[in-house]
Amino acid sequence: MILDDMAGRCGEWLKGCGPESDIVMSSRIRLARNLADYPFIRRCTDIDRANIESTVRERLTNKTELQDLTFIDVADLQTLDRQFLVERQLISREHANSDGARAVAIDQQERLSLMVNEEDHLRIQVMKSGLDLAGAWDQINDLDDRIESQLTYAFNSKLGYLTACPTNVGTGMRVSVLVHLPALVITQQIEKVFRSLQKINLVVRGLYGEGTQAMGDFYQVSNQITLGKSENDLIDQVGDVIPVVIDYERKARDFLINEKQNDLFEQVSRAYGTLQNAQQISSEETMFLLSRVRMGINLGLIGDLEIPEVNQLFIRTQPAHLQKLRHSELDTDERNIERANYLHSQLKLDGGSESAKN
Amino acid sequence: MKCQKCQKQATFHITDLTGDELLALHLCPDCAKGYLETGDASEDAPVISDVMSKQLKPLEQTADDLRELDAKECPICGISFYEFRQGGRLGCPHDYVFFGEDLEPLLINVHGDNQHVGKQPKRGITDTESQTELIRLRRQMKEVVEQEDYEKASQIRDQIRRIESEGSACE
Repeated sequence: MILDDMAGRCGEWLKGCGPESDIVMSSRIRLARNLADYPFIRRCTDIDRANIESTVRERLTNKTELQDLTFIDVADLQTLDRQFLVERQLISREHANSDGARAVAIDQQERLSLMVNEEDHLRIQVMKSGLDLAGAWDQINDLDDRIESQLTYAFNSKLGYLTACPTNVGTGMRVSVLVHLPALVITQQIEKVFRSLQKINLVVRGLYGEGTQAMGDFYQVSNQITLGKSENDLIDQVGDVIPVVIDYERKARDFLINEKQNDLFEQVSRAYGTLQNAQQISSEETMFLLSRVRMGINLGLIGDLEIPEVNQLFIRTQPAHLQKLRHSELDTDERNIERANYLHSQLKLDGGSESAKN
Repeated sequence: MKCQKCQKQATFHITDLTGDELLALHLCPDCAKGYLETGDASEDAPVISDVMSKQLKPLEQTADDLRELDAKECPICGISFYEFRQGGRLGCPHDYVFFGEDLEPLLINVHGDNQHVGKQPKRGITDTESQTELIRLRRQMKEVVEQEDYEKASQIRDQIRRIESEGSACE
């Protein structure tokens, strides 16, 4: 099955390459689109949903240029598999948990995902490693054009692309940059950074989008407005502020290195030691400690581990990934033991194992 | 260590970036809370129902006006304005036309604008409003089938097919 193959691979957003990748994990753009001749999702009958799904699938897979997309019937998946796709950021939590006909199309490299029947008929998403919004836009703009040549999107000359929620109307575009900000968290400045971003109409969320309680010090910065600004303006709105956030994080790291060196070394080496030696460990604690280790690598405090390896550990220690890799369903206690075993095997004292570097 | 603002025990040690300067602060819980909360209170992304309730008040709508607005139903998908207000999601593309004026204040509130300036479909800047007729017909079809009026259903089906083939002819 395709999902089992995916578990052993690394998606685009975790590659750990691209500009500013010590702090910026990934750049992501999504477009919300709807077919002109169907009601929005909440007024769709079961038949409407099924028709939308089959229309999109047929129109897009018949064309050679979109043949590299694999369609997955989300309604047909086990809970574990849906959770797995959420952890890989290929579908949203809402898409995983809703009812009725729905699907996701993804490419081999997991650079793009196309959710069918989420809040809108289509949610197109492109991901890039590091800070590369221009690259993400070029790719998604082209993909959007190719889809549009096959399907008629609901469009209005005054309001642009029409969406189920008026907060997305116009461009239907959400630009998100995922940043790793451990030093701003340690120095307790993170709330302040958030407030200043909110003042300029940007939204900050934790990694898996639940409030601002971010897992592993990962934060998603994205635009709020979608109408009255061009796509390029929206990209600039987010893209211009990220270097400022990066600069703050670097300054906070410098401060920790210069003023709190002993505390910092202690935290990083304890985190590394715990991950190597724990007998059982929760997902939350793992994220917390991996975040310290990730910063430690970037600051040159850990020499025998690479960023891509740590990025992979972040995702492979998530509940669904752990179970997919183990090929069995595990309850919370069993997962905590399995997670510790997995970390132990990947972080042997002689340096990361080869299996983490694919 | 004592709090720098009062004389209580300092338990919060805050490092602040102001411009290029790093500022170390040692504060008690109360002063730290006050310090961290200065500036605007954090706001989450706007929730439609909250925005709606705020936005409806300044209009000084009477209860009757609101009741009238809530009762308005889109002829294409059948959603009422009340249902939209409750759920925060519209029912079909035609709602943007049918509830156009009613949605205007909401759009201004959320986006600060009411005119799209971004990307346009390659096929031309034509509104896809005519396509919403298919939504209405399919809904009507379901109703007449439920009423077992098969003669009417077959008429509607022909109408749907005609519009669908016209649509695909221009692609």
